[in-house]
Amino acid sequence: MAQSMDRSQGRSGGIATGSSMEAPTFTGNRALQIEEPLIFEMGQPGRTGVDLPEPPKVKDRLNGLRRAGEVGLPGLSEPQVVQHYTRLSQKNYAIDMGVYPLGSCTMKHNPRINEKVARFAGIGDLHPLQPVSTVQGALELIDRLAHWLKTLTGMPAVAMSPAAGAHGEMCGMMAIAAALDAKGERAKRRTVLAPESAHGTNPATAAALGFTVKPIPANEKGRVDLAALKAALGPDVAAIMLTNPNTCGLFESEIVEISKAVHDAGAYFYCDGANFNAIVGRVRPGDLGVDCMHINLHKTFSTPHGGGGPGAGPVVLSAALAPYAPYPWIVKNGDKWEVAEDGAKVDGAPLGRLKAFHGQMGMFTRALAYIMSHGADGLKQVAEDAVLSANYVMAALQDTMTPAFDGPCMHEALFDDTFLKDTGVSTLDFAKAMIDEGYHPMTMYFPLVVHGAMLIEPTESQAKEDLDQFIGALKSLAERAKSGTAAEAFKAAPLYSPRRRLDETLAARKPILRWKPSNNPPGIDPMKQAAE
Amino acid sequence: MRYLPLTDADRRDMLATIGVKSVDELFRDVPQSARLGAKVAGLPDHLGELEVERAFQAYAAKNVSPSVAPFFIGAGAYRHHVPATVDYMIQRGEFLTSYTPYQPEVTQGTLQYLFEFQTQVTLLTGMEVANASMYDGSTGTSEAVLMANRVTRRHKALISGGLHPHYRAIIETTAKWEGFQATIGKVDAEGLEELIASVDKETSCVVVQNPSFFGHVRDFTRLAEACHAAGALLIVVVTEVVSLGLLKPPGEMGADIVVCEGQSIGNGLGFGGPYVGLFATKEKYMRQMPGRLVGETVDADGKRGFVLTLSTREQHIRREKATSNICTNAGLCALAFTVHLTLLGEAGFRRLSELNHAKASQLADKVGALPGVKVLNDSFFNEFTVSLPKAAAPVVETLAAKRILGGVPVSRLLPGDKSLHSDKSVENLLLLAATETATEEGMASLVGALKEAL
Repeated sequence: MAQSMDRSQGRSGGIATGSSMEAPTFTGNRALQIEEPLIFEMGQPGRTGVDLPEPPKVKDRLNGLRRAGEVGLPGLSEPQVVQHYTRLSQKNYAIDMGVYPLGSCTMKHNPRINEKVARFAGIGDLHPLQPVSTVQGALELIDRLAHWLKTLTGMPAVAMSPAAGAHGEMCGMMAIAAALDAKGERAKRRTVLAPESAHGTNPATAAALGFTVKPIPANEKGRVDLAALKAALGPDVAAIMLTNPNTCGLFESEIVEISKAVHDAGAYFYCDGANFNAIVGRVRPGDLGVDCMHINLHKTFSTPHGGGGPGAGPVVLSAALAPYAPYPWIVKNGDKWEVAEDGAKVDGAPLGRLKAFHGQMGMFTRALAYIMSHGADGLKQVAEDAVLSANYVMAALQDTMTPAFDGPCMHEALFDDTFLKDTGVSTLDFAKAMIDEGYHPMTMYFPLVVHGAMLIEPTESQAKEDLDQFIGALKSLAERAKSGTAAEAFKAAPLYSPRRRLDETLAARKPILRWKPSNNPPGIDPMKQAAE
Repeated sequence: MRYLPLTDADRRDMLATIGVKSVDELFRDVPQSARLGAKVAGLPDHLGELEVERAFQAYAAKNVSPSVAPFFIGAGAYRHHVPATVDYMIQRGEFLTSYTPYQPEVTQGTLQYLFEFQTQVTLLTGMEVANASMYDGSTGTSEAVLMANRVTRRHKALISGGLHPHYRAIIETTAKWEGFQATIGKVDAEGLEELIASVDKETSCVVVQNPSFFGHVRDFTRLAEACHAAGALLIVVVTEVVSLGLLKPPGEMGADIVVCEGQSIGNGLGFGGPYVGLFATKEKYMRQMPGRLVGETVDADGKRGFVLTLSTREQHIRREKATSNICTNAGLCALAFTVHLTLLGEAGFRRLSELNHAKASQLADKVGALPGVKVLNDSFFNEFTVSLPKAAAPVVETLAAKRILGGVPVSRLLPGDKSLHSDKSVENLLLLAATETATEEGMASLVGALKEAL
C-alpha cells in the first residue's frame, strides 16, 4: 500500500462524492466490501496449506543444479487461502449476478452440469498421451462435438485444436495460405480485405501471416459497401475476413453477393464466427459460401469465460480448405477411434500443428453438454430469444438513446452517443454510471465505425422482468444525462464499486507488474494503510 | 427448456413492443436462400440434465481413468494431486462467469489474482516480469520465438532437439506460415555444444527445454553467454513447472524469455487442455511481450487497485500492428495455478518438488534393474527415458491391456526420427514419469508387468 499512498499525496481523491460522507471504519472495510492485501503481504514462514509426506531419501540426480536460495513464496494456511480468494471473488461482477450486457462477448448463462461432466473420472483426469485404446470414449466425444459443429454450420470439416477464437483465425488463415500455396498463388495474393468494423484480431492475424490488410468501408446501413468491396477485389486478394452477423449487430444482407464476388475473384471467404450465437440453428454459414469460420465455444456454446479464458476456437472448413486442416484429428477405423498425429500418412497436406495434444478437451466437454441440453430445437430457440431480447432492448430505448442504425438488429443492439451530445457526459461516463446501478457496462467504443459506440448484448439468458429493469435503469441514466446538470456526477461514477475509476495512465506510464518486497517498506502494515 | 427464461407470453409482449408480428421478421436480412424453415435436420432434440449426465458417464466408461490405474505418463502433462480447495475456488461464479477484466472497478478480484499470479511466475522462473498467462506452454513457446524475432529484428531460430516434439512442430508451423527460419538441433544430451557453436549474428533465439523432453537436466549458462555475445535471446521452456521448486531457475542461467506449461500446478490432465502458459522475461523486453498484463495503480480515492495495462501492444488497440493476435489468456487456469501455489507456499512447493524427484528416482532404480532395460539419463527431475530390448509401443499396449498406464513410447511423438539418440533405435525408447501420486504398489505393478512383457 505504500506505493499507492505515496502516489495519492496531493490528490484530492476525486470529486467530492457520497463516499466522503461515510464514516471511516477502523478496518477500512465497508460491510461486505473487505479490503484485501496481496498474498505476499499475508504470509508467515512456517505456515502451509498442504500436508505432504516426508520425501524418501534418494541419491540426487539433478546434475548439480539444485536451486540455491528460496523461491520467495508466502506461507498461508488453507483457511486463509479460502478467505483470501473468496474475498477477491466478491470484488467481481459475473454472469451469475445479473445482466452482463457486454456486446460481442456473449455473456450467457453457464450451466453447472457442464462443469460437473467435465470433471467426471474418465474424462477430466485423462492424460492426452494415454494409449488410444484407453481413451476411446474421449475420442468419440470429440468426434460427436465435431459432428454437431459441422452439421450446425453446414460445413464438411472441422479443425478442433485451436485454443481460442484468435487462434482459430490463425488456423483458418493458415489454411487459406496453404490452399493458395498449393495453387502457386501465395506470392501474388498478398492482400486481405477486412471491414473497418472488424474485430482487432482480424487485421492482427492477417498481418502476422504477412498479408497486407486493406479496410473496406461500411455503407450508411452499417453493412459492407458491396461496390467498394468489388472495386477492391483483384488478383492480389487472398481473402476477405468478415464477421457475420457483423460487429454492428447486423446481418450482412448482401452476404451471398459478397461471397460470390470474393470467389469469382479467386479469393477465400473467412468468416469470423464470434457472433454465430445469433443464427445458430437458423442459418448455416455453409449455405452463405463461407470457406472457413472459427466458433468461439465460450460464446455460442456457453463454456465459461473464466475472467478471460480459457476458450476454444474450432474452425469449420469448406471442401476447398479441408485438406489443409492441422494435426491432430480423430478418425474412425472400423469400430476403433484413432488420432491422426504428426507424420501420419493422410490424404491432403496438413498445414502443421497449432497446439500440443488434442485441443481444449475441457471446453469440448462443456460445449457438448450445452449442445445436448438444448438439442436442435433448443439451439434454434436460443438464437431467436437472443435476437428477440436485443431487439426488445433496442425498441424500448430507441426514443431515449440513439440506435446507430435502422431496422432490426440481430443479437446485439448498437447505440451511438448522439443522445449525449452537449450533455458533458461521455460514453465512458455513461458506462461507469451503470456500475452503480448494479450492472456491468456494455461494450463501449467498439465497433470503431460508430461514434461513442455502446454495444448491448442481452443474450437469451435474461428473464423479461430483468430486461425491463435494465431498460428502466438505462432510461433513467439517459434522462439524467440529458438534464444537463448531472455531468459532474457522471464523471465521478462509479461510487459504490470496490474501487472507483482507476488511473490507467499511471499504470502504463510507470508499470508495476509484480509485487516486490520493496513495494512495501518494513514497518508499514498494508492492512493499516488500507484503513487510513 | 430449462435455460431459457422467456415464456411465450413474454415473447408475444416483446414482439408487440418491437412492432413485428413474428420473430421471423427480425431475421428478414438473412437471404431467403439461406433461411432454414425448420430446425437443422439430422440432430436430436434437447435432453434433461439426467440424460446428459448419463451420456457423459457412458463416454467416461469407455476410457481408462488414471485415478484407478497405475500411472507413469508425462511427456509434457503431469498427474498431480490438486487440493479440493482449488477446484472449489475456481467454480465460484464470480470467477467462473466473469469476462476479461476490461472494467477494473468491478473486476478487482480477477485483476488482483492475476497480479499475484504474475508475481508467482517471476519468482518461480527467476525473471523480472511475467504476463497474465498464455493458452498453454506449447503456444506460448511459439509466441516467445516471435517475440525474440521482434526484439532482435532477426528471423532465424535454433531449436534444441530436446524441446517437446509438439512444441517444436508448432514453431515449425508458425515459421512456415509467418515466414522465418527454424532449425532443429540434436537431442540436448549431445546437442548443447552444437547449439553453442551454431549461434551466429543472424540467430534471433535459441530454444531449449529444462528438464528436456527426454528428462535431462542441464545448465544453460554457457549457452546464454553465447547467445548474448551474438545478440540473440535464450528461450528456456519448462514443461514440468514443479521442477522449479528444486532446480536452479532459468533466470539464474541467463534466460531472456522463460515459457512454462503451468498445468502441473492446480490444473488436472483434462486430456490435454485447457492448460495455462507461463510467460516471463526481462523488464527491458516488457513492451514486446504478447498477451495480457496486469499492473498496479490507484483509484480516484487513492486506493491501490489493478488494471490491464500496456494494452497499446494489443490487437484491440493496435490492430494489424499488434505484437500478437491473442486476446484471451487462460484466466481460470491461472487462478487454479495461483490458488494451488498459494496453498503450497514455500515449504509445500519445495517438498512437493522433492517428493517428485524421490519417486522418480525410486522408479528409475526399479525399472533400470530389469534385464535389458537401460535408464539413459544421467540426470532427471521426475521423468526419464529408458531403452527397452524391444519396441516400446506394443509394450505400452500390453501394459494398457492390464490397465497399467506405463509411459509414452517416444516413437508416438517422433515417428521415424533417426536423428535422435543415434545409438538407440527410437522405437525402443520409453518415457516414464513418476510424481507424488505414484505409489509403491503402482510401481510394483508396472515393474512386474514390464518384466512379463519384455
